[in-house]
Amino acid sequence: MSALSVETVGMTKRFGAFAALDEVSIRIEAGGFHALLGENGAGKSTLVKCMMGFYAPTAGSLLVDNREVAIPGPKAAQAHGLGMVYQHFTLVPSLTGAENLVIARADVPRLIDWTRERAALAAFMAGMPFRLDLDRPVSALSAGEKQKLEIVKQLYLEARFLILDEPTSVLTPAEAEEVLGLLRGMTDAGALTVLMISHKFHEVETFARSFSVLRRGRLAGGGAVGAVSRDDMAAMMMGERRVRTVAARAGAPDPDRTVLQIEGVTATDPSGLRHLAIDDLRVRVREIVGIAGVSGNGQKELADLLGGQIRATGGRVAVAGLPYTGSRAESRDRRVRFIPEEPLRNACAPQMSVAENIGFRAFDRRADGRTGLWLDKGGLRRRAHDLIARFGVKTASAEAPIATLSGGNVQRAVLARELTDPVDLLIVVNPCFGLDFAAVSDIRSQIVAARNGGTAVLLISEDLDEILELSDRILVMSEGRLVYETAAAEAEVGTIGRHMAGHH
Amino acid sequence: MVADTAASRIAVVPRRPSAAVQVMAWLARRTEAVAIPLGAVLVGLALFSLFLLALGKSPAALVDLVWRGGFSSAFALQNSLQRAAPLLFAALCVALPARLGLVVIGGEGAIMLGGLAAAVVAPPLSAAPAPLVVGAMALAALLAGAVWIGAVGALKAYRGVDATIASLLMSYIAIAIANHLIEGPLRDPTSLNKPSTLPVGDANMLGPMPGLGVHWGLGAGVLACCLAWLLMERTTLGFSARIAGGNVRAAQIQGLPVRRLIVGFTALGGACAALAGFFEVAAVQGNANATLAAGYGFTGILVAFLARHNPLAIPPVALALGGLEASSGLIQRRMQLPDATILVLEGLLFLCLLVGETAYGRFKIFSPHLWASKKEAAA
Repeated sequence: MSALSVETVGMTKRFGAFAALDEVSIRIEAGGFHALLGENGAGKSTLVKCMMGFYAPTAGSLLVDNREVAIPGPKAAQAHGLGMVYQHFTLVPSLTGAENLVIARADVPRLIDWTRERAALAAFMAGMPFRLDLDRPVSALSAGEKQKLEIVKQLYLEARFLILDEPTSVLTPAEAEEVLGLLRGMTDAGALTVLMISHKFHEVETFARSFSVLRRGRLAGGGAVGAVSRDDMAAMMMGERRVRTVAARAGAPDPDRTVLQIEGVTATDPSGLRHLAIDDLRVRVREIVGIAGVSGNGQKELADLLGGQIRATGGRVAVAGLPYTGSRAESRDRRVRFIPEEPLRNACAPQMSVAENIGFRAFDRRADGRTGLWLDKGGLRRRAHDLIARFGVKTASAEAPIATLSGGNVQRAVLARELTDPVDLLIVVNPCFGLDFAAVSDIRSQIVAARNGGTAVLLISEDLDEILELSDRILVMSEGRLVYETAAAEAEVGTIGRHMAGHH
Repeated sequence: MVADTAASRIAVVPRRPSAAVQVMAWLARRTEAVAIPLGAVLVGLALFSLFLLALGKSPAALVDLVWRGGFSSAFALQNSLQRAAPLLFAALCVALPARLGLVVIGGEGAIMLGGLAAAVVAPPLSAAPAPLVVGAMALAALLAGAVWIGAVGALKAYRGVDATIASLLMSYIAIAIANHLIEGPLRDPTSLNKPSTLPVGDANMLGPMPGLGVHWGLGAGVLACCLAWLLMERTTLGFSARIAGGNVRAAQIQGLPVRRLIVGFTALGGACAALAGFFEVAAVQGNANATLAAGYGFTGILVAFLARHNPLAIPPVALALGGLEASSGLIQRRMQLPDATILVLEGLLFLCLLVGETAYGRFKIFSPHLWASKKEAAA
């Protein structure tokens, strides 16, 4: 197995009059580790979809090992040794890892000799530094484990050119380092060529050897990593625009006024596999408490508990001193807002309009604060128009289904809905997952602004940079427990990472 | 998306489209819900024509007979309306839970139980004044239907049982129980060839609506459709239900009582279907018997899907299908076709309709958000 060189020549993809990709020529040498940078919508996905045969390019060609090849579909791409790991998982949830690997093969026989396949898989896995239990169903794996399995699957399918779409967005820094380190090692050994779509400069600087930047469908620049400063890379990505930095913290947490208090709480997720046991967690007025941890260590259960999706089996959750279960009346009275991860999937009804989605929180409250029977459609529409303008939600119209908006704009619409009235407690989960650079700084600024206004914020995030940037206090979660606490000012990444990895 | 981040940076108020464009957009969104079912019906009719041609029959003759049997004369129209009345209620039993994302297809059982409950309470109250008896009959029917289909909702909400399967099975159980009671413990000993319950009494029978010659079930059904529309579109309760139907997780996170909404709306749907049974007993049959399960519950599914679960669209669709069914006797006699012919047609229409479901959002002309320049659409 030896790495492939891949080159796009004048790759162009038009949707009607709009050029999503405009004459992009990139060459990645065999054994290279190339990073593809750019904002959401810059054309990165379109480029790799053209390479993988999901799109037929309007113009341009693809060279694999210096020979022009036609890629009419993903199967042809696989046959040429091109593989891709998607941001969204492509595994069959009800099957085990081993089953997923074997059925993905093109030459899988009608009758599978599992004894032989297992032996072959064991031998294959021995060469992989990933620790993966291939006998568990994929539905029981955490996001990080699924991502590893996706990469393993491509390697198992003998991909010699691997495209990764934001591979580390679901991984911890240590996991990311491990995965990318391994892949970099394989490229150094000449076994693999990697093209990685990324938003993270430090990842690019650490692992990639070369990079290209796309902006509005065109190649905006590129070169060897290290030859260009971060500022210059950012300038290539953003063009002429100024990027707002995160609002500065103003005021200190109030040590005497606890808003959220969780004491001795235990809970179990619906599958019965994951347990939550939190001895003591407090969030105070004007304080952002960040919960860091490897995905699948109880963060989801904590969020579900606070969002009213699962019930505590013991202990006490209190907001403003009174028991809290996440009902609509409670969250309204205590002014609690919950912003789940992946807002389109968890906080919106995709086929309902932007205006209706913005109305989800306020539709049943009349001016006098009581629950009304009649829906004030005119009021909802006016309020939606106002919020769409104030929060800069870009949509064709307030009546368009919210599913037609980009990820950043869905999140803006959700923030518009949740952050307009005074908020005492804000719970946010992975607020910036999958969003582009500008949307991220926009949304983080909103969170800090809420904190400065006196809101207590519980930030549950798998992005350690985000936790470090926003938190006043950091807690680490591991196997359903809070295992480490530190003030953000004294936080040490190494110590946090050690606790995340289970060394307490 | 490049463009949108730029826009947010300078906090530009998004351009409000012109009034003309807004009107066009509004029209387009509404037209889609009419055009696609209509297209599906046309395709279904075309397929059915092929079926007729294969049998050596003329599709044109069939259309003519449907017109004559269902709509051409006052008598035919009356017959169609008579059949449309129970369809209105049966369709609501599908349309109301559908807004919560549940496909409930067990209306037939609720109709049967509703009719039985209505027939059972009348004889013991024979001494009471008629309005009281009729009220008690309606109430009994409402309760029976609400409990039966509400149980389907409860199974879904609390145990995660699929509502489609559960409602279908519950429907069979309901029909079996009702038939057992009608032929056994509740049988009127004087009903010899056609086992029935004791008659509810002529004094307790509902007369026709003045001027129409059709029983009051029609008026009540149209009123129920209007109320259902108000509930879904104009109340906070209906909006909550639509949120839960649109994304149950979003509804839970908003703290909406999703389980209670599911139970409530399925119970309401069941109560509606049971009213169809009540009117069949109190206005047509005079007692409960096996003919209560005449298939209205299943045709109601087709009505609700054709109406896109919009209560206001149910009455015209119910009339159309009522007419179709009214003409089925004529079609059998004149064209020498088996009596399952209309069922074949209804099945074909339903199939085309379900295939048509995949067409929503695929036509640019119906999707105003795609009208803006291509660049914005892709952004």
